[in-house]
Amino acid sequence: METIILLAPLFGAVVAGFGWRLIGEKGALALTTGLLFLSCLLSWIVFFGFDGTTRHVTLMRFLESGTLDVTWGLRLDRLTAIMLIVVTTVSALVHLYSWGYMADDPEFDADEPYKARFFAYLSFFTFTMLALVTADNLLQMFFGWEGVGLASYLLIGFYFKRPSAGAAAIKAFVMNRVGDFGFLMAMFGLFYLAGSLDFDTIFAQAPEIAQTTVAFLWRDWNAAEIVCFFLFVGAMGKSAQLFLHTWLPDAMEGPTPVSALIHAATMVTAGVFLLARMSPLFEYATEVKHFVVFIGATTAFFAATVGLVQNDIKRVIAYSTCSQLGYMFVAAGVGLYPVAMFHLFTHAFFKAMLFLGAGSVITAMHHEQDMRNYGGLRAKIPLTFWAMLIGTLAITGVGIPLTHIGFAGFLSKDAVIEGAWGAGAGYAYWMLIISAVFTAFYSWRLMFLTFWGAPRGDHHAHDHAHESPMVMLIPLGVLALGAVFAGMIWYNSFFGSEAGIASFFATESGAVSPALDHEVLEAAHHTPLLVTASPFIAMLVGFGTAWLFYIRDTGLPARMAARFGLLYRFLLNKWYFDEIYDLLFVRTTKGLGNFLWKKGDVKIIDGTVNGVALGIVPMLARLAGRMQSGYLFHYAFAMVIGLVVLMFWVVLAGGSQ
Amino acid sequence: MENLLSIITFVPLVAATILALVQHGQSEAADRNARWFALITTIVTFLISLFLLVGFDRTNPDFQFVEEYHWILGMKYKVGVDGISVLFVVLITFLMPITVGAAWIENRRVKEYMVTFLILEGLMIGVFTALDMVLFYLFFEASLIPMFLVIGIWGGRQRIYATFKFFLYTFFGSVVMLVAMIAMFVQTGTTDITELMQYTFPTETMTVLGISIPGGMQTLLFLAFFVSFAVKVPMWPVHTWLPDAHVQAPTAGSVDLAAILLKMGGYGFLRFSLPMFPAGASIMADFIMTLSVIAIIWTSLVALMQTDMKRLIAYSSVAHMGFVTIGIFAVNQQGIDGAMFQMLSHGVVSSALFLSVGVLYERLHTREIAAYGGIMKRMPAYAMIFMFFTMANIGLPGTSGFIGEFLAITGAFQAHSTIGFFAATGVILSAAYGLWLYRRIFMGPLVKESLKGLKDLDLREKLMLIPLVVLIVALGVYPPFITDIVGPTVVRLVQNYDAAIAVFTAGQ
Repeated sequence: METIILLAPLFGAVVAGFGWRLIGEKGALALTTGLLFLSCLLSWIVFFGFDGTTRHVTLMRFLESGTLDVTWGLRLDRLTAIMLIVVTTVSALVHLYSWGYMADDPEFDADEPYKARFFAYLSFFTFTMLALVTADNLLQMFFGWEGVGLASYLLIGFYFKRPSAGAAAIKAFVMNRVGDFGFLMAMFGLFYLAGSLDFDTIFAQAPEIAQTTVAFLWRDWNAAEIVCFFLFVGAMGKSAQLFLHTWLPDAMEGPTPVSALIHAATMVTAGVFLLARMSPLFEYATEVKHFVVFIGATTAFFAATVGLVQNDIKRVIAYSTCSQLGYMFVAAGVGLYPVAMFHLFTHAFFKAMLFLGAGSVITAMHHEQDMRNYGGLRAKIPLTFWAMLIGTLAITGVGIPLTHIGFAGFLSKDAVIEGAWGAGAGYAYWMLIISAVFTAFYSWRLMFLTFWGAPRGDHHAHDHAHESPMVMLIPLGVLALGAVFAGMIWYNSFFGSEAGIASFFATESGAVSPALDHEVLEAAHHTPLLVTASPFIAMLVGFGTAWLFYIRDTGLPARMAARFGLLYRFLLNKWYFDEIYDLLFVRTTKGLGNFLWKKGDVKIIDGTVNGVALGIVPMLARLAGRMQSGYLFHYAFAMVIGLVVLMFWVVLAGGSQ
Repeated sequence: MENLLSIITFVPLVAATILALVQHGQSEAADRNARWFALITTIVTFLISLFLLVGFDRTNPDFQFVEEYHWILGMKYKVGVDGISVLFVVLITFLMPITVGAAWIENRRVKEYMVTFLILEGLMIGVFTALDMVLFYLFFEASLIPMFLVIGIWGGRQRIYATFKFFLYTFFGSVVMLVAMIAMFVQTGTTDITELMQYTFPTETMTVLGISIPGGMQTLLFLAFFVSFAVKVPMWPVHTWLPDAHVQAPTAGSVDLAAILLKMGGYGFLRFSLPMFPAGASIMADFIMTLSVIAIIWTSLVALMQTDMKRLIAYSSVAHMGFVTIGIFAVNQQGIDGAMFQMLSHGVVSSALFLSVGVLYERLHTREIAAYGGIMKRMPAYAMIFMFFTMANIGLPGTSGFIGEFLAITGAFQAHSTIGFFAATGVILSAAYGLWLYRRIFMGPLVKESLKGLKDLDLREKLMLIPLVVLIVALGVYPPFITDIVGPTVVRLVQNYDAAIAVFTAGQ
C-alpha cells in the first residue's frame, strides 16, 4: 500500500508529462488528480492504521560500494505517517484547485499547451516529497531532498517568459544547493563515523558518535555536533531560515497553487522533518540545538518584521511562512520534536488555505497582486473572504485562553511558545512573542486591505471581480476544516500529555528521539499564567494595531512610513539581504571567474605554454619542412621516432619473452 | 568466442578499409552509402560487444577474454578486459552509432569523415583492451591521429590553432611516458601488462641532480606516466587545450573527445599508475588530490563566465574529471568505484550535452549564448531534454551524474576530509553555471527575429538523444549495473595497493 502511495504520483507525472498527447490534456489532468486522491486516501488509512511498530519495506538495490550499502526502501513510522497525510492531502487539493486556477492562463498563447506540463510537475513534486519522507536512509532522503528542489525550480520558473521567474528559479535552486552541500557533508561524515547511511544503524551508534572527536578543517570537533551542524545547514536551505532565506519570497514567481503546496505546506517544512527524523542524533548535539533555537527565533522575528510592510499579497504570506518555520525550529531546537511536528501539521492546513485563498483573490482581481489596489472585496467574493478569515484566525492563534479550545494555530503556536519558555530559552520566548504581535498585525493588515474599505486601483478590475469556481472553493472548504479542528483533535497526541505523545509517536521505536526531554515538556505544561496567556495578548495587540492603522485611521500608515522613513525602507527592502548578497557573493564570484579565466587560463597558463612552445616549435617546423598541415606531420614524425626507439630496444634486448 | 575482443576491435578497422578502398566518387548517393555503411558497422559492433557483457564473469577480478599472439619483432599482441576496462569498450561501441548520427549532416568529404570515425573506434577500443605495453602505446598514440584529422579538417574557423595546441600538450606527455616505458622494459625484460602489475619496482630513495627522491624509481616512473595521463584527463593546470579543441571540433568529434579520449587518462591511472607504482602514487596522492580540487573550483568558476556554450561545457568537463582524479587517488573502494562511475557517466552526459549544443549550432550556426533566449517556446521537447541533461550534469540524485560524484567525494572524504569538503563545493558551482546557461538560452521572452522560425527536434536528433536519457536514468536509479562489474576488480586493486604500501612504509 505504501508503495502505491509513493509510486502513483510518479506514474501520473510520467504519463501526463510524456504521454499527454495520447490521452489528451483533460485526460492528463484527470489522471494526475485521480491518482493523487488515491494516494491521499491510502495515506489516511495508513495514518489511522499505524500500530506503533516501525515497518521497513525494501524495494530494490541502490548503491553498493565496499562497506557502503544502501537500498531503495520505505520506512513507515509515525513521523512518516504524519508527513504522508500532510503531503498527499494538500497535494490532492492543490491538484483539484489548479483545474480552476490554471484554466486559462494569460501568460501563455492559445497555441501553447501548458496544463499537462503543470500537472506533471505537481505530481512529480509530490512523488519526490513522498520519497523524502518515506526514506529509510539518508541517501534516499537526499534523492527526495534534491528532487523537490528540482520540482520547485521547474515550477518557480513555470512562467518562463518572465525574466523575474527565471532569476527566482535559479536563486531557489542554487541557494538550496548551499544547504544541500551541508547535507552532503553530514552524509560523508556519518558514513565515516557509523559506516552506514541507514537511519537505524546511525541511531544505534549515536551515543558513540557523541563520544567521538574528529579532526576536520584544521581543528577538532565533537562528531555529533559537527554532523548535526551540517544537517541543520541543509535544513536551513530547504526551510528558508535566516541567511539562506532570500529565495523563498522570490519563489512567489511561481503560480499560486505551487506556492501553497511547495512553498508553504510541504517542501519548506522538510528541514523541520529532517531534524525530527534525526532527533536521536540531535539529542546529543547540545550546542547545535542552541544554534537551532537562535536561528529559528531570529528568523521568526526577522521575517515577521519584513512581512509588516510588504504590499504584494503573496509576499506577505511568504514572509509569514518563513516566520512560522522559525517557530517550528525553535520547538525542534528545545527538543520538543512532537511540538515542531504539531505546528508543521496545523500550519500546512491554514497556510495552504491562505495561499489558495490569495489565489482566489488574485483570480478575481485579474492577476493583480498588489494589495494597494484591493479593498472592499468582502461582498464581491464572500466565500473566499470566509476562507481567508478562518485562515487568519488560525494563524494569529485565536482561541479561548487557558483552555484547549481554539483554531489550529492557537494550540500549536502556543505550544511552541510555552515550550520555549519551558526550556528556559528567554531570547527565543521574547522573539516569538514579538513575532506573534507582528503576525497578527500583518495578517489583519492583509485582511483589512483586501476585504474592507473602499475599492482602490483599477475600477474595471473591481467591477468584474467574481467568485471563483467550485473546484477552487471546495479545497478551501476542506482545508478550513483542518484549520479549525486539527489543533483541537490532535493536541494531546503532539503536546498535551507525555503518555499521549509516547503512544502516538511510539517513541520506543525511534520515530522521534526516545529521550524526549521530560523536564522541558513538564515545564512547558506548567508555565505561569501570564506566559500561557501571553500569545493571546500578543495577538490582541497586533489585531488592535492593525485595526487602528487600516480601519480607524487609514492615513496613519503613510504618516508612520514618512516619520520612520529609514526603518520603513529597511523593512521594505527586506533588511537589504539581496543587495548585500549580490555584492558579497554574486559579484565576487563572477569577478573571480573572470579573473581566473582571463588572467589565469589565458595569460598565465597559455602564455607560459606558448612561450615555451615558441622556442621548440620553430625547430620542429624546420625539421618538418613548411608543409600546409605541418602539425600533423610533426606528430606522426614524433610518434614514428618513438616507436623506432622502442623497437630498437626491444630487438636489442632479445624480444619480450 | 575466444576472439571476441579482436573481432570488436577490428570490425570497424576492416570496415574502414573497405569503405576507403571500395567507395569512389563524390556523388550524393555515394555519400549516403558511406553514412549508412558506417552506421550499420557501428551498430553491428555494438551488438557484438554486448556478448562481452553477457559473457563477462562478474565475480572474477582477473582479465577475461584474453588473447595472446606473437607479432613482429618479438612483440606480443595481447588483449583482455577486466572490470575496469570492459565497460569502456561497451561505452565506445554504444556511443559510436550516435557519433555517426551526429556526423550525418556533414557534407564535406563524407567518405573520409566516416572512415576516420571507424578507424577512431577501432583504435580507441584497442587502448582499453591492450595488455601489452607496446600495443597500448601504439593504440594510445595512434587514436589521436584520427582525432587531429577530425578537428583539423572538419573543424571550425580556428581549427589549426586548436589542433596545434592539442598536439603540443599530448606530444609532450607521450614522449615522457615513452621514456618511462623503455626504462620499465630495461628493468623487467617484459612488456606484458599483467606481468608488470605483479612486479615491484624499486622504491629505494634516489638522488638525481642533488635532489633526493623518496620512492625512487617508482616515483620517477609514476611522474612520467602522470604527465601523460594528466594532460589527457585533463588536470589543472594543463587543461587549457581542451576548451579550444572542443570549440573547434565538429559535434561528432566533441562527443568522442569528451566521452572517450579524456577517459584514457583516468584509465591509465588505474591500469598503470596505481598497480605498478603504488609507492609513487602514495607519495603523490595528496598533491594530485589538491590539483583536482583546484581544478573543480577553478574551472567551475571559469565555466560560469563563458559566453560560448561549447566552451562552457568543455570547462564543466574539466571540473567533472576533477572528481575522477580525487576518487582515484583516494585509493579506496568508494573513491575508485566513484571515479569509474563518474568516467562512464560523464561519457554519456557530456556526449549528450555536446550533441544538444550541436542541435542549436546546426540551426543557427552560432554558439554564442547571447544569440539565444526564450527558445523554450519554440522547442519545448528540446528544452525538456536539455533540462534533463543539465540536471544530470549538475549531479541530481536519480541521474548517473550524482552517483559518480557522490562516491568519489565519499572516497576522498574518508581519505582526507578537507579535500572532500572543498570538492563538494563543486555541487554549488555546477548548479550555478548549469542553470544560468539554461536560463540564458531557454527562458525569458522570445524576441530575437532569428529564433522565431526555430524547429523542434527532428527524428534523427531524438533517436540520438533518447537512448542517452534512458541510460542516464537507468544508471542513476540502479547503479549496480556498473558497480557489480567494476567492484571485484577494484577490491583487488585496493587490496594490492594497501599491501604494497604496507611493505613500502615498513621498509622506510
